[in-house]
Amino acid sequence: MPHVFSLLAAATLAAALTAVAPLPAVAAETLVVYSARNEQLIKPVFDAYTRETGIAIRFTTGDAAVLIERLAAEGKNSPADLLMTVDAGELWNASQRGLLQPVKSATLERNVPAHLRDPDGRWFGLSMRARTIFYSPQRVDPKALSTYEALAQPAWKGRLCLRTSKKVYNQSLVAMMIARDGETKTEQAVRGWVANLATDVFPNDTALLEAIAAGQCDVGIANTYYYGRIVKERPDFPVRVFWANQASGGVHVNISGAGVTQHSRNVTAAVRFLEWLSGPRAQSHFAAVNMEYPVNPTAAVDPIVKSWGSFEPSLINMAEAGRLQPAAVQLMDRAGYR
Amino acid sequence: MGSVARRSWAGAALAVLALPALLPLLSAVAAWAAPAGEVWAHQLQYVLPRVAVNTVLLLLVVGTSTALLGTALAWLVAAHEFPGRRVFAWALLLPLAVPAYVLAVVFAGALDYAGPLQGWLRQAFHAGLRLPPIRSLGGAALVLTLCLYPYVYLLARVALEAAGSRPLEAAQSLGLDRDTALRRVLLPLVRPAVAAGVALVCMETLADFGVVAALNVDTLTTAIYRAWYGMYSIAAALQMAAVLGLVASAAVWLERRARGARGYAAQRPAGELPRRRLRGGAALAATAFAGTVLAVAFVLPMAQLVAWAWKHAAVDLDARYWAFAGRSVALAASGAFVVVIAALVHGYALRGERRWWANGLGRMATTGYAIPGTVLAVGLFAPLAALNGWLQDRLDALLGAAAPQLFLQGTLLAMFLAYLARFLAVGAGPVESGLERIHRHLDEAAALLGVRGVRRLYRLHLPLLRGSLAAAAILVFVDLMKELPITLMTRPFGFETLAVRVFEMAAEGEWQRAALPSVLIVAAGVIPVVLLARRVAHVA
Repeated sequence: MPHVFSLLAAATLAAALTAVAPLPAVAAETLVVYSARNEQLIKPVFDAYTRETGIAIRFTTGDAAVLIERLAAEGKNSPADLLMTVDAGELWNASQRGLLQPVKSATLERNVPAHLRDPDGRWFGLSMRARTIFYSPQRVDPKALSTYEALAQPAWKGRLCLRTSKKVYNQSLVAMMIARDGETKTEQAVRGWVANLATDVFPNDTALLEAIAAGQCDVGIANTYYYGRIVKERPDFPVRVFWANQASGGVHVNISGAGVTQHSRNVTAAVRFLEWLSGPRAQSHFAAVNMEYPVNPTAAVDPIVKSWGSFEPSLINMAEAGRLQPAAVQLMDRAGYR
Repeated sequence: MGSVARRSWAGAALAVLALPALLPLLSAVAAWAAPAGEVWAHQLQYVLPRVAVNTVLLLLVVGTSTALLGTALAWLVAAHEFPGRRVFAWALLLPLAVPAYVLAVVFAGALDYAGPLQGWLRQAFHAGLRLPPIRSLGGAALVLTLCLYPYVYLLARVALEAAGSRPLEAAQSLGLDRDTALRRVLLPLVRPAVAAGVALVCMETLADFGVVAALNVDTLTTAIYRAWYGMYSIAAALQMAAVLGLVASAAVWLERRARGARGYAAQRPAGELPRRRLRGGAALAATAFAGTVLAVAFVLPMAQLVAWAWKHAAVDLDARYWAFAGRSVALAASGAFVVVIAALVHGYALRGERRWWANGLGRMATTGYAIPGTVLAVGLFAPLAALNGWLQDRLDALLGAAAPQLFLQGTLLAMFLAYLARFLAVGAGPVESGLERIHRHLDEAAALLGVRGVRRLYRLHLPLLRGSLAAAAILVFVDLMKELPITLMTRPFGFETLAVRVFEMAAEGEWQRAALPSVLIVAAGVIPVVLLARRVAHVA
């Protein structure tokens, strides 16, 4: 026992010593990013920027909600220059709490469509995540499909699969439905969904798509890149994409995006980095690593993603997803959508 | 040492130890100042009644089933001889090394409608054949039981082995048969250990988010995250966490009071517990029972994980993984050391502590284990960042532009403080039940011989506590290997561990790619578990 303890004591000492070292370097040519977009999706792009410009990028990852609390707690001493998330609602929330600063950039305004950025320039979309309807081609005639709202009709009783309402993608979908249809109509639709469920809600989109393939249900709502990952491995996966609401408001999209922090010490460099990220080359790369859609319309799309055809996206400003999210969550609770 | 001096150091020690757990609680109390009335009204009407029932049910089922399973396995291994016993003795601890959320994902993948087992059943037998749904309260209770029973098993086994043969012999010499002697004499002796194990299980169940999220059960924890992530109300989330923490403290305190009335200290821990040799059907049944638990909780899920990991290893596995694994082990080992030392101080300070406030502080120090990790991390982070800001202002005023940038909240110092807040309970449980088995008469005898204070600790208590300390170290170590939210939030830039890798993959739903770091967490955790588990067997 004593030597186990001395071993542990030595390990503790070693760990404590390394604890003194990691103060973030404040060299002029370093940017610090707090990112909810995970490492394997951002590091390749960050590395490309460093190779091109010599500017080093240090980053830490975590849930957006946690990173926001961290920014708030650190205040003016925060080392962060940029906050990056995979959901517009969190960017809206961060801007509401005064954690992001307005940026004026002609390049960003040209490259990022107006509905995918904050009207005040506090955050900008960098990739689109389309959330649409998926169906089994064996059991569903795509002519029977039209809108998210129509999935509430009795024809789909016992045939619908949904992911849990805890996931932010569904919260923003319902928030955008509220923005378009109002609370009453949206609540009716959500109640209809719940009544049509084939099985309890799923914890993730991949499991939901697998359930459609296995025949547990016939239709469902999911983000396209989860589908992309599956068909990349199994091209004969028996589930197809249907672009929802093409005649009534467009497919719901969320964004992965970023904003410059209120207390950034490198605002110019941070803006330049955002501008670079919105350029066509970086855009293709940024979106393609996760089979998402670039926000910049001139950027090339991944071939598999391209094969699903083009679609009309919803043009309501993404800020609405954040503003209406608490209402959406409460609506889903009332409707019994777990 | 005089009793007044003793009393003051004990109170001070408890206050210091309670501080890391109290800071998030204070953040939570401060959060009450922020208005979250609308969120609360909504939660009370639509969410809390349902999730409160779920939470209580889950606690009851998981608490009862881990108590039964853990104690039964401990009794089987400690008091019987059957084929494979020596291997089971340590192997039954292995589920501890598997992160609970990972086990939940494996179970969901394997047992859901679209999974391989049900697919095969529908093809082989009948298209309408269904298994009970794994995404359910029952499924979550099953997974949590399989993950958490080792707490009870380990503590009960250490206690049984420490009780030795004397109590059993005495009971049998008074005419009780072996089974009655077990029930009436040995079981009460191990009750503090079982209770300590179940208390840990319940706290971990209360704080769990990974399992219930993966298996779709709404509990108080998921309601907390819904208020925070969904309705952007960190205030409501912290307030709910504070209530959860207070309920947990009260429960722990009540349990202690109920137990405190009776004395469970063994008079003379001596003699090795005799193991009865099982034969024929009984031996087969014993091996089959232990083997089934091990297979379902560890072997089969690991086989699935390894298969997934293998698929992605060609792309994902690179030299960085050595560094990830090294950091995970170093962090867990040093964290375990800090926590066990703190638990020892905690146990001593509480020993014989009669003052209510000191007792209360001692209990509060361990409630961090019942609070969801992310909420605890944020609650601790905010005051640390504020302290850092205050120090920075002083430093700037003093040194002007030459002042260095402080970054207390993003160093291992913050990490260790948070680990202490979260895991003191895990270290304190075994240490306290170990201390309880050392009778006060022994201290008095030592005092008569002039052995007091630090010498008494070193020469008398430490040898008697070895088993408990090793158990505490194992439990904290494997918990820290798996720990995610605190490490994620407080790690220095670029500091990646295996658990952080799991997060990176799982954050975008790439569960199969998360298998590789998960397998390595288990692999890196298993060796120390086996080594230490053997120590427990030797020294108990």
